[in-house]
Parts: sequence; C-alpha cells; structure tokens
Amino acid sequence: MQLARRRRRWGEGVVKGALALCALVSVATTVGIVAALLEPSIEFFREVNPLDYLTGTEWAPLFEPAHFGVVPLVVGTLSVTFWALAVSAPFGLGAAIFLSEYASPRVRKVLKPALEVLAGVPTVVYGYFALVTFTPFLRSLGLEVEIFNAFSAGIVMGVMLIPTVASLSEDAMTAVPQALRDGAYALGSDKLKVSLRIVVPAAVSGIVASYVLAVSRAIGETMIVLLAAGQLAQNTFDPFKAVETMTAFIAATAQGDVPTGSIEYKTIFAVALTLFTLTFLMNLLSIRLVRKYREVYE
Amino acid sequence: MTETHIEVRERTLASREPVFEVRDLTVSYSGVPALAGVSLDVYRRAITAFIGPSGCGKSTFIRCFNRMNDLIPSASVDGTILYHGQDLYARDVDPVAVRRLIGMVFQKPNPFPKSIFDNVAFGPRVLGMKDGLEERVEKALHDAALWDEVKDRLKEGALSLSGGQQQRLCIARALAVEPEVILMDEPASALDPISTTRIEDLMHELKREYTIVIVTHNMQQAARVADMTAFFSVEVGGDGRRTGVLVEYDETPKIFTTPADKRTEDYVTGRFG
Amino acid sequence: MKEVVIELREGRPRGRVPGRLFLAYLLLSVAVGLVLLGWLLVDVVGRGFAWVDATLFFDPPSADPQLAGARPAILGTLYLMGLLVAFTVPIGVGTAIYLEEYARKDRWYNRLLEVNIQNLAAVPSIVYGILGLAFLVRGLGLGEVLLAGAFILGLLVLPTIVIAGREAIRAVPGSIRDGAYALGATQWQVVGRQVLPAAAPGIATGTILALSRAIGETAPLLMIGALTYVPFDPTILGEFTALPVQIYNWTRQPQEDFKLLAAGAIIVLLVLLLAMNAFAIWLRNRYQKRW
Repeated sequence: MQLARRRRRWGEGVVKGALALCALVSVATTVGIVAALLEPSIEFFREVNPLDYLTGTEWAPLFEPAHFGVVPLVVGTLSVTFWALAVSAPFGLGAAIFLSEYASPRVRKVLKPALEVLAGVPTVVYGYFALVTFTPFLRSLGLEVEIFNAFSAGIVMGVMLIPTVASLSEDAMTAVPQALRDGAYALGSDKLKVSLRIVVPAAVSGIVASYVLAVSRAIGETMIVLLAAGQLAQNTFDPFKAVETMTAFIAATAQGDVPTGSIEYKTIFAVALTLFTLTFLMNLLSIRLVRKYREVYE
Repeated sequence: MTETHIEVRERTLASREPVFEVRDLTVSYSGVPALAGVSLDVYRRAITAFIGPSGCGKSTFIRCFNRMNDLIPSASVDGTILYHGQDLYARDVDPVAVRRLIGMVFQKPNPFPKSIFDNVAFGPRVLGMKDGLEERVEKALHDAALWDEVKDRLKEGALSLSGGQQQRLCIARALAVEPEVILMDEPASALDPISTTRIEDLMHELKREYTIVIVTHNMQQAARVADMTAFFSVEVGGDGRRTGVLVEYDETPKIFTTPADKRTEDYVTGRFG
Repeated sequence: MKEVVIELREGRPRGRVPGRLFLAYLLLSVAVGLVLLGWLLVDVVGRGFAWVDATLFFDPPSADPQLAGARPAILGTLYLMGLLVAFTVPIGVGTAIYLEEYARKDRWYNRLLEVNIQNLAAVPSIVYGILGLAFLVRGLGLGEVLLAGAFILGLLVLPTIVIAGREAIRAVPGSIRDGAYALGATQWQVVGRQVLPAAAPGIATGTILALSRAIGETAPLLMIGALTYVPFDPTILGEFTALPVQIYNWTRQPQEDFKLLAAGAIIVLLVLLLAMNAFAIWLRNRYQKRW
C-alpha cells in the first residue's frame, strides 16, 4: 500500500483564485465609489471654499453669482428625516414590543411578514402616494401644506421605515434572556412593567441602533423626496413648505443636461460626498451599537 | 463460520503485523497539547479499540490516522505515524490518497442529502474510479450488510433510511473506495441497541478483510469486539492543563481482567469514568 | 385567611388602565403600518385598475395619455433582470464560497472583505448611481445604456446575494463536509459536489429576493440617464428605461390622466414583485432541508 506522492493539484489553485477574484469585485466597488466621489469633489473644493460650502445658507449653483452653501440641502434632509423618525421611532418600537412580548406565535407568524411587506414596496410607489394622495388628504384636513412639502414625504417615509426599526429592535428584545422576565413576573409585575422596565432597557443599545439605521436610510432615500418634497432649496424647517434634500438635488441635477467637468457637474459629487460621509458614519455607529448588545447576551 | 470469537482473536494476534506504528505523537490546538506522547502499534486485520473517559483525546487521536486534523487550522501534529513503514505526515504525501486508503465512519451517521446510490458512488466518482460503478456500489452495500434492504430503492434519498441503516450506508460508502483501514469514531453511540449489535456483528465480518480502529466510550463494546484495547486518560498538569495520555495498551482480555496500571483497573471496574 | 382570598379575587385594579393604554399604543403601532399599506394599495389599484390594458403592455409612451404604454419600460425591466442575474449571481455566489470555504478567518484582509461587504450593503442606492455616472456613462464613455444600468443595479444587490449565499452555505452541516473529505475528496470536490448543491435552494431564494429589490430601484437608473423619452424597444447598448422610471416620469406630468396611468404601471410592478416573492417563498418551503 504505497502512499502516493503529493500531486500538483493546480485545478484547486485555479478555483481558489477565481473565487478570490469574485471577492475582489466588492473591493473594486468600494474603491470605485470612493474614487468617483473624491476626484470631482477635490476639484470642486479648489474652486469653492469648503467653509463657504459647509456653512453657507444659500444654495444656488446655477445663478449669477452662484452660491454653494450646502446648509439648505442638509436642512431639507434633516427636516424630512425628523418627521420620518417621528413616525418610525415610536411605532416601530411599539410594533417590536408587541411582536416580542405580547403576540402569540401564531399572530407573530402572520404579522411579521405583513410588516415586512411595507419594506418591500418600491420607494417610487411611496413617493407617488405621498404626492398624489397623502398631500391632498392633508389639505383636506385643513392643513396648509404646499403641493411639495417635507411633512408628507417624511410621514410616508416614516411608515416605510417602521419595519426597519421594528425588526432590529425586536431582535434586540428577543435576545434578552427569558430569565430576566421570569424574575420580574415572579415578583408580581405585569406585562407593561416588564416590557418597559426590564426588556426595553436591556435591549436599549439594539433599539438605538435601529433608530440610527432608520436615520441613515432616511438620509439616503431619494424617490419619496424627489416626488413629494420638492426641488426648492429653501433653508427652512417648516414642514409644510417645499424643500430640497441632498438626494433630490443629486438626482435632479444628474437628469438635466450637465456638461461633464462643469462646476454644476462637480456639485453633484460634492453633495454626494457629504451624503456618503453622513450615512457612512451613521452606519458605523449602528454596527457598533448592534455589536454591543450582541456581546452582552451571546 | 465455526470458529469462536476467541479463536479468531488468537489467530489474528498471532501474526501481529503492524499497519500503523505511532511514536511519541502529540496533538496540539493553538499550541496547547490535547494529547501527548502516544506510542503504539495497530495490527493488520485486527480490531483495535481506544477507550477512556471523555476529553482524553481519543477522537483527536483517531483523526490523526487519516489526516482529518489537517482540516483544523489550529491543530498541529508532532511525532510520527508510520503507515507500512512510510511517514504519514511527510511533506510529499498526498492527503487525498491517505484518505482513500484509510476510511472513516463518524459518530452521528452523516449520509449526503442525495440518493442511496449516489452516496455510495460519491467516493469512487471523486477518486476517478469510474469503471464498474454499479458493481462497486452493489459490492459495498453487500459488505455493509445493507444490500437486501435497499436493493429496490437505490434511487431514493438516503435520509429516508433509519438511523442504523444510515450508519451502515456510511460504512458502505467508506468501503466503496476499497480502503485498507476503517476508522470508526463511536460508530454505534447514536444508535439503538439492536442496530448497535448489527454494527458489531458487521465489524467481526469486516475484520477478515480490513483493519479496524474504533473509538468507544462503551467498555462492554470494546470487550465484545476488540482484539487490542488502548486505554487513555487525562493528566492534569501543574498549571491545571488537561492533557490526554495513553495509559495502557494490550490484548483486550488482559486489559479487562488483569490490567497492569491502576488507572486502567479503576476505569474498567467502573470506579470512575 | 379570608382576607387573602378576597385580595386575590379582586386582582390588581391599579395596573389596569395604564396596561390597557399601553396595549392600545402597541396595537396602534402595528396598525399604522398596515392601515397605510392598505390605504396605499386600495388607492393605487382604484386609480390605476382601469388603465391596465393591452395599451399599457404593448404600446410605447406617447404625449397623449390615452395612447401611451409602458412597453419599453417593461421590456427594459425584464432585460435588466436577466442581465443582472447573469452577472451578479456568479460573482456573488463566488464571493460567498470564498468567504465561507476558502478564506482563513484570521487573516486581516479577509476580515476587511467581510466588513466591506457589510458597508456596501448600507450605502444609499443613489451613490451607486454616482458610481455608474462617473465610471460607466462618462468615464468609460459607455453612454446612458441598458448595460450600464444592469451593471450598477448588479453591484447594488451584490452584497445582498453574498450575505444570503453565505447563510445558505453556512447552514450546510460540517458533518457533510467531514464525510466527503474522509472519502478522499479535494476541497473543490467537497464544495462543488456537496456544499453548493445543498445550499442551492437558499441561494436561489436569496437571489430572487435581491432581484425583487433591484427591480424597484429608481434612483441609480435616473442617475445614468434612464429618463430619456424612450419610444422604442430597448437594446443592450442602447438608451433605455425601466418600469419604476416610467412610473416616476408619468407621475411628474401635469395631466391628471398620466397620474392614473402611473398607477396602472404601479399595479404591474407590484404584481411582478408579488409573483417573484411568492415564488421565492414556494421555493424555500419546497426545498427546505431539515438538517
């Protein structure tokens, strides 16, 4: 029974190489994104003072004289995001508590996928709904909203984000050991007290992570705001007025005939870089928070 | 077959031709020794059993014989195992060829989620033994005492078999590549008593052609089945580290009736373990 | 003795009202989403149902809403899906296999790869549009073409496919791999002949879910110029549009009828999504392996 000499299995090496190449595509994507954002932005910031950009309150890149203050766009984004969070934070948490602490397994089985459907509807459909139905509805209630306004977009976006908050929060809550709840029940607490005083505090880092994730998604959302929030870069937090978010600006400008290399072309990238930085930081924060709650219980 | 098991055992051990020679083997995980300084010989066409309390490194040891520990990145093997005089762990030895000659059956039956036929045919197919596939499968299933039960449903899924049948399928699968040695890591511990007896009877049949090494935590099984028995135990070092060691290795009757080491005696008489 | 029994019978009246209010809040939370979803669906279907006809499916767009159809958009979406699957699934599954079966977990570059994929999954879709605009449309000079759209959408859903693929591969028990190795199989034989086939249903389900996300994406396509008025059938290297873009376009038109037409197109899109998800769920239930 001779043991064979080691065969040169070069086929195995080829396979491993091919697979590693596949993995490199994702690296190339990231490099591409960073390069695509950085290069025109650097050129942009040679022409436009970064301080003016970051603190200027007038955004009018096509005017004479042009103004490149990004604050109105950020304000627009934050305004919409605020209303989105105002809806998704309380109701997402409520849905999560219900699913985690109150609902029977049968109810969960139906309700959870039903809520996930909310997340699966394309954003353009939400944008349509906000513009065509929700805003007129608000007007019929007597609210003096403009045709394009931050409130309508924000509320609809918030409902869309409920599953995002609910899903992550619920994960955090179900990770809380049953022993903690049992201890409280044994002392005579009711469900309300156990939920609010035991489970939610124990899951708080996961819940906050879900909020941060929702904010990140809201900041990066394009279609709802493009259709329903407007393209007027007003520097206002008034929810009933039209605003322009960073994403809406990027999308709208790119659709127009913008000559490559012009200053307006570069504004797309500068704003996109701002957007990317914001969402990137929020995502890092969210991941860190998730890791924190996972560490505690696993 | 009119020879008694005792007569077979005596005849087997009379020749004592070593298949494996283990010298001073130490297996470490991330630098920490789990099993240290083992030396013994495994004899041809005998059944050799490794017994001992849990955590003494029996499974780690048996996996050295077919280089399955290679698959664990943190594991390192020092010392020598000679297979028919050749160093099993020499740099130019092909692990794939090793595993063809030295097969393994696992504790929990692990048939592939494929048909019965494809399970047994997998080994020959990947090793390039394309010719006479159907005959190979049939012979393997015969040798594993499973043919009669599955001959009419070879295309059915392997997972539809009972636990005992699945384990015999795994044995057939190992036999299909015509190994010399079969390693069995607690082959019957997940099975019911009747299936266990069938597996033990199968082992007696198989040892006429194959060399068998088994790990078992069931002493009575070792006493029933094995020709040679090796007793392993755990040594606790000064720093609290637990390392597996070979305590005693001898013919089975001696281990169980007149063990040389007190630790062996304590274990086989049930004083601990 | 008697007092104790009476106390038990009377319960804890103090806790009742806040408990009930809290439950009401929880139920409201669940209801808000479902009510809005229902409202949206009823509204859209109500508006658009009458407009879902042969014209919508087979005619090109037009300035006259009565004559306008979404044919180029529907074809565009279908072509995009096809190209997407052809390009993204092999790369995504390849990446998943590499990370799960070949990559040594203690190497820094492999951990970086994993983190990178997680980050990419969270990048806003419009940034992928930027990538496409900068490199494909302007940089490579490819132009505002279907291929660029498919490529960008493919990159967008690549992280999703990788993550789903990894889960499916991880779900295959180690005992299967051990059994295959012990018979003398090489790594690629084990992965290709045992692990992948066992993970295939999970990978397929994940792919379909990723696809259903991709076909609803509008922003990246807008960025690479899918808005242009496209009255002809799309080709791979030609200008194109897609269903969500067409919906966006029609929604912006001043005429009321175009808004109804848009609702009709939304119905088509939603039905397509429903069909894909139902298929994915059926696939998962049918081929779910019980380890």
